[in-house]
Amino acid sequence: MAKVLMKGNEALAESCLRAGCRFFSGYPITPQTEILEYLCWRMDEVGGKCVQTESELAGVNMLLGAAAGGMRALTTTSGPGFSLKQEGISYLCGSDLPAVIVDVQRIGDALGDIFMGQGDYWQLTRGGGHGDYRTIVLAPESVQESVDLAYGAFDLAEKYRHPVLIATDATIGQMIEPVELPEMKEHDIDTYDWALKPREEGEPQRAIWNRYWDWEDGGHKYPAYCLEKYGKMEAEEQRWESVQADDAEIVMVAYGTSARVAKSAIVRARKEGIKLGLIRPITLWPFPKKAFDELGGQVKAILDVERNILGQMKDDVILATGNKLPVEFYGEYWDNMSEIKIVEIAKEMLSKY
Amino acid sequence: MIEIICSGIGGQGVLVAGMVLADIAMEDGKNVSWYPSYGFEMRGGAANCEVKIGDEDLMSPYCLEPDILLTMSESAIDTFEERLKPGGVLLVNSSLVSKDRKYRDDIKVFKVPATEIANELDNHRGTNIIMLGALAGASDLYDEDHVRAGMEHYFGKKGKNNPKNVEAFNAGVEAAQAQK
Repeated sequence: MAKVLMKGNEALAESCLRAGCRFFSGYPITPQTEILEYLCWRMDEVGGKCVQTESELAGVNMLLGAAAGGMRALTTTSGPGFSLKQEGISYLCGSDLPAVIVDVQRIGDALGDIFMGQGDYWQLTRGGGHGDYRTIVLAPESVQESVDLAYGAFDLAEKYRHPVLIATDATIGQMIEPVELPEMKEHDIDTYDWALKPREEGEPQRAIWNRYWDWEDGGHKYPAYCLEKYGKMEAEEQRWESVQADDAEIVMVAYGTSARVAKSAIVRARKEGIKLGLIRPITLWPFPKKAFDELGGQVKAILDVERNILGQMKDDVILATGNKLPVEFYGEYWDNMSEIKIVEIAKEMLSKY
Repeated sequence: MIEIICSGIGGQGVLVAGMVLADIAMEDGKNVSWYPSYGFEMRGGAANCEVKIGDEDLMSPYCLEPDILLTMSESAIDTFEERLKPGGVLLVNSSLVSKDRKYRDDIKVFKVPATEIANELDNHRGTNIIMLGALAGASDLYDEDHVRAGMEHYFGKKGKNNPKNVEAFNAGVEAAQAQK
């Protein structure tokens, strides 16, 4: 199929439709609004429903209803709106419901601002809702990868009967790049026997509620069920890309747009003879610990590169390296990440370690 | 890697000028990213897009040292001139910029009275295309015939090719080449 130029947000929306998503409910917020705007007209063409809800709370709870009915359902938001979705995400996890939730990240606490940022790593990977859950978090670095990951996200959600989060950012959402779109698929809402549907006479009642209420043992096996489910995700779903990490003395860890800047930094650094490499997590959770097992003894230190103030991913990097290597952090808030600064920091680190 | 920033005032068509260049790059089989200013932007406010074109794998979408700066307002020059690579091309819509303005002496400046040319051609919305033609005529990185064909292809795909575009484009090429 020929490539077309598409904005990240719109390409992601189109890819979800092509994956068989026929329900969207959400609320506009910059830099995510184009997803809603696009689906408002495009969903009609494929025979689905797109609802601009009165709030993010309604958006995530309507999504829960559609997912309970067996539909492939999507909601999308950014920063402040993602906070409002958290209760719903906890309910999706507690109810074993597959769905896809996209956070087009921006900067700041509270209202923050509409600018580019990677401020939600902790909330994405730790879960901002109550309880005892995890979610797979996919983090694309380009418009094409937004399409590819979104297309597979619904399968992944159904494989585990669990919500999947996609963490893009303002740059990827607003950017236009050439993209190849996948084939259109239809999803049968009767694919799974757990999905709710009108009851025929004599049929047992189906309900979607806390999952262990379905079980005859009163839910005593629920902890083991959870451990097995999350353990399987950790074992099977770690994804990453390693870039020139084989001989690198300083290895960056960066995802999303920051990984793009990190790749430019590698080109600059290597021209100066500095052995810089990159591990790019594609799943933020499960964090790709396996990528760090592959690192050789030549690595002197790790540089965590993120567009935020506190270096939210740094703890995961320290855990993944077994605290055996020094880990430093480079971040920006108002300004774009700079490959020039990365190279300067790498030089300093080489003189130190 | 080629870096281009197109900057001006919302409504002048700077984002479209950048999109034509992005489309040409895609049709040439290159990697390209087009990243706009967004959010607060509106007709009459500042607007810009950063276009990065390369053969390599995916790289940063941010332009650190643009090769070409296409500006359509004085404020655009204020914001971006400093970033232009030494030896780079600065395209100025001289209709809207003070004649006494001083520019860096290590860059190539092309002054194109795009707004006036557009008025002469009775094509008021064509200033961006005039500037695009000027870019093709001014920069050694581009061949004017290739850009003209690329522009027609871009608008053709959208189903709205207007013969006035070519006229405007050619006027821009001429204005730039007269200064070479």
